[in-house]
Amino acid sequence: MATDLATDALDIAGIDAFYGDSHVLHGVSFTLRPGRLLGLLGRNGAGKTTCMNTIMGFLKPKRGSISLFGEHVGGLAPDTIARKGICLVPQGRRMFRSLTVRENLMVAAQRTRGAGGRPGWTMDRVFDLFPRLKERHAQFAGSLSGGEQQMLAIGRALMGNPRVLLMDEPSEGLAPQIVAEVGRIIAQLKAEGQSIVLVEQNIRLALELADDIAIINTGVVVHKGDAKAIKLDDAIVSQHLGVF
Amino acid sequence: MQWQFWIVQTLNSVSFGGLLFLLSSGFSLAFGLMRIPNLAHGAFFMLGAYFGATVVYFGGDFWLAALAAGVGVGIVGIALERFILRPLAGNVQGQVLVTLGISFIIADVCLLVWTGDPWTVPAPPAMRRPLLVAGFAFPTYRLVVVVIALVAAVALYFLMERTRLGAMIRAGVDDMEMARGVGIPVSLLFTVVFLLGAVLAGAAGAFGGPILNAYPGLDADMLPLALIVVILGGAGSLLGAFVGSFIVGFLYNFGIALFPDLAYFILFLPMLLVLVFMPQGLFGRAAP
Repeated sequence: MATDLATDALDIAGIDAFYGDSHVLHGVSFTLRPGRLLGLLGRNGAGKTTCMNTIMGFLKPKRGSISLFGEHVGGLAPDTIARKGICLVPQGRRMFRSLTVRENLMVAAQRTRGAGGRPGWTMDRVFDLFPRLKERHAQFAGSLSGGEQQMLAIGRALMGNPRVLLMDEPSEGLAPQIVAEVGRIIAQLKAEGQSIVLVEQNIRLALELADDIAIINTGVVVHKGDAKAIKLDDAIVSQHLGVF
Repeated sequence: MQWQFWIVQTLNSVSFGGLLFLLSSGFSLAFGLMRIPNLAHGAFFMLGAYFGATVVYFGGDFWLAALAAGVGVGIVGIALERFILRPLAGNVQGQVLVTLGISFIIADVCLLVWTGDPWTVPAPPAMRRPLLVAGFAFPTYRLVVVVIALVAAVALYFLMERTRLGAMIRAGVDDMEMARGVGIPVSLLFTVVFLLGAVLAGAAGAFGGPILNAYPGLDADMLPLALIVVILGGAGSLLGAFVGSFIVGFLYNFGIALFPDLAYFILFLPMLLVLVFMPQGLFGRAAP
């Protein structure tokens, strides 16, 4: 849609968030442009997952605004936010363990949004993307391997026909060849024009896939920039992310 | 004579188990999804028994009585969920206590309306004669209750395991926050499940009338049994509610018939063992 190209896909402006009394996010701001991939990096406990949870509505921001293609979604209920088109691949995958693979996808299905003229996601398209899931469609999600669960978590998020896809550490705890496959899938989604926020501890993977980078440290955004520039700048990486 | 005793006690146990399943299946689903035990559930059952008794008293058909009890208690349930539990969302303690308060209010209203004397409910005329098979007499009405419970069990199984709505409810039981995160309108599911539980409890009360009568204190007699069923079977598990209901049905009936002094001990001992060794219940899911 024309308006999709004119406005930012996701605009986070001055978010403050708390877990109980502890102030976790301090005025976090970043912007995801349509069809691009923003890598959100930072050390353990920097606030990346809190950021994702706040965007998804699991955590209500105390201050600041969150807009999806110009529409304010900050403070709405998570199911409303999901239906507006923000879909999450959560940290730890969080499958519905007592549902089958097919049911996990079925309960997450949302109506198709004409996002950039791309075809909507259906169960068949998810099964085309992940043939392994098709083979295991009648199995309970709790019985899948880690890699298969990650694929199901991605497939489940896609069933929501996301306008913005949030991916929280999709490579966590996976074998190297599965990480490579997840990376290939993310690249393919991006090539199809999907707007993505990718949280990663695997900096190499994130720098490979991202167009833009935001680095977050103890709840504050400490660096924003072009991914290519950061790839060449060892000082930024070692200063904010420690080892490389 | 001895055989007749065992057969009748077995059938009593199975039919009481069937009633308990009608009572506790909705209780268990609501417990699993909303994370709170609805302590007014026993009062729902009693209210259903009184509604049913009243319809029959005024010459209504027995099936109409069960329908009226289901609908009437369903309305009470939806009012409780929408107007009292919903505003307390997030306050688990408050929600549990308010359901307890509601159960006292319902009990007092019942005492006011239906007096302190028990209302006996006759079984439908066609079901009063015992069924004679191979020289043994079977109480026909209890057999019908067993069939009703089995039909309800199959229907609930179909709803929970074969429909998108059922899958959404199970997703909510598994991980409520994530269920919201994939766009499932969980608060609407609360209402649906609570309504379903209230309708089932009300109908169960009407079906229980000819077996238990309607009397003050019926609510307090039934609620602990429903709690035991859910603790045995695991909150949110339909299979657990099914198996647990029949276990409790047998323990309760045979306990009273054979060891009347120890009936409650026999009833609560398995619950204690399950709590100690399998805190999630026989069919409940371990917390992730």
